Amino acid sequence: MTSIGTGYDLSASTYSPDGRIFQIEYAGKAVENSGTVIGLKVKDGIVLAVENLIHSKLLVPEANRRIQTVDRHIGLATAGFLADGRQIANRARDECASQRDLFSRGPELKTIVNRLGLYVQAYTLYSSVRPFGISTILGTVDKNGPSLHVIEPSGVSFGYHGAAIGKGRQLAKTELEKLKLSELSMSEAVLEAARIIYLVHEDAKEKDFELEVSWIGPESNFTHVHVPNELYKEACTKAKAALETFD
Amino acid sequence: MERIDFDRLKTGEVNLGTSIMAVQFKDGVVIGADSRTTTGSYIANRVTDKLTHVHDRIYCCRSGSAADTQAVADIVHRFLQSEAQEREETPTVHIAASVFQKICYGNKDALSAGIIVAGWDKDVGPSVYNIPLGGGLFRQPWAIGGSGSTYVYGYCDATFKDGWGRDETVEFVKNTLALAMSRDGSSGGVIRMCVITEDSVQRLFVPGNELPRFWEGQEVLGAASKKIGSDVEVVPMAVEV
Repeated sequence: MTSIGTGYDLSASTYSPDGRIFQIEYAGKAVENSGTVIGLKVKDGIVLAVENLIHSKLLVPEANRRIQTVDRHIGLATAGFLADGRQIANRARDECASQRDLFSRGPELKTIVNRLGLYVQAYTLYSSVRPFGISTILGTVDKNGPSLHVIEPSGVSFGYHGAAIGKGRQLAKTELEKLKLSELSMSEAVLEAARIIYLVHEDAKEKDFELEVSWIGPESNFTHVHVPNELYKEACTKAKAALETFD
Repeated sequence: MERIDFDRLKTGEVNLGTSIMAVQFKDGVVIGADSRTTTGSYIANRVTDKLTHVHDRIYCCRSGSAADTQAVADIVHRFLQSEAQEREETPTVHIAASVFQKICYGNKDALSAGIIVAGWDKDVGPSVYNIPLGGGLFRQPWAIGGSGSTYVYGYCDATFKDGWGRDETVEFVKNTLALAMSRDGSSGGVIRMCVITEDSVQRLFVPGNELPRFWEGQEVLGAASKKIGSDVEVVPMAVEV
């Protein structure tokens, strides 16, 4: 990036002469430095998994979650600034509540993603605010089946079969591409997700991390919840075992 | 809680003292209405169209204040247009009905509107929603509304059957409305109907002189006035009030 200096990176409301907005690209850097987050859209459900980096041994395990629920059937995970992730989740909850209020039924993820995208994009327009330092993965299962979306700091959003954001996203994406996502069962997807998170953590071995996995599908009665403890432990064991054999 | 004030029309306000109806059948819905609009005893419009388009396959039947229900239908129409653009698919009948309900309930103290929303969508096929005066929302296989409806609940209960086709449903709506119009002073004129299916919206019209006719009473006194005996005079009996 030829961005250092030149004075065009001081505000999100200024373009550089070659048409870029550096503040948005810097926000992307904040995402790249974060623990990896992946999302899998499989046959009949969604699985979200996070590499939750532990910055202090004093933190209580499982007490500092990175995956959040915004509606009964919608899960959200962010990579980047934690605080921005909380903010986006609260906004998503408000949007869901207003959709429920207006239409007397659960919101469609497509609508929520569109509206969150508009919200994030608004923070790229003004010199008085900074863009969101997060990418957001949202997943749901509704009457049209499972769907998975990612919103970037610029406000654009895309739908995916498999998504990866954060530090280990490149390796995670290659691993996701090897999977036959549309044929995977929910439990298989949990095992694969755990394996990928453990795999991409190899590069940052010196830091401790905690795996976090949630799902939405028939096994969870189509609500967004963290996976049951038994399956979680099985996934961790198998992921560690897979690391041994991986070359 | 305060009592709902049923005669809240302002003096001179135009009223849809009405008979309206919607019935779902296998492939769609049939909606219908009379055509009378009154200000007091004066018929302000005898060919009113109370079947109002709110989206491609969603209509509403309006009863209550003409001004209120027109305004509400306009708002919902505009809302559904922008909703269709934003979502890139046609809104469902349930969405339309929810928006009607929201407005009717939120402004219940200011509005006098009893609305039936009906139509076809790809989620559930045909559906009918009733939104009576207080602003409730009820899905029903058939719904009747307006002042004339009170006279024909029994007829509907006794006549309606599940699993009808289009033609039987049209006959049911036509007959019900004709009966309601013949008993209700604030209903009358012609019958307008719409058949809403996946493929089309078809309008039907029954002129006032071709309405279905049922028992219309007969002259009793004429027959009885034949002298029973020359000395007995039959006096017309006063009708008890």
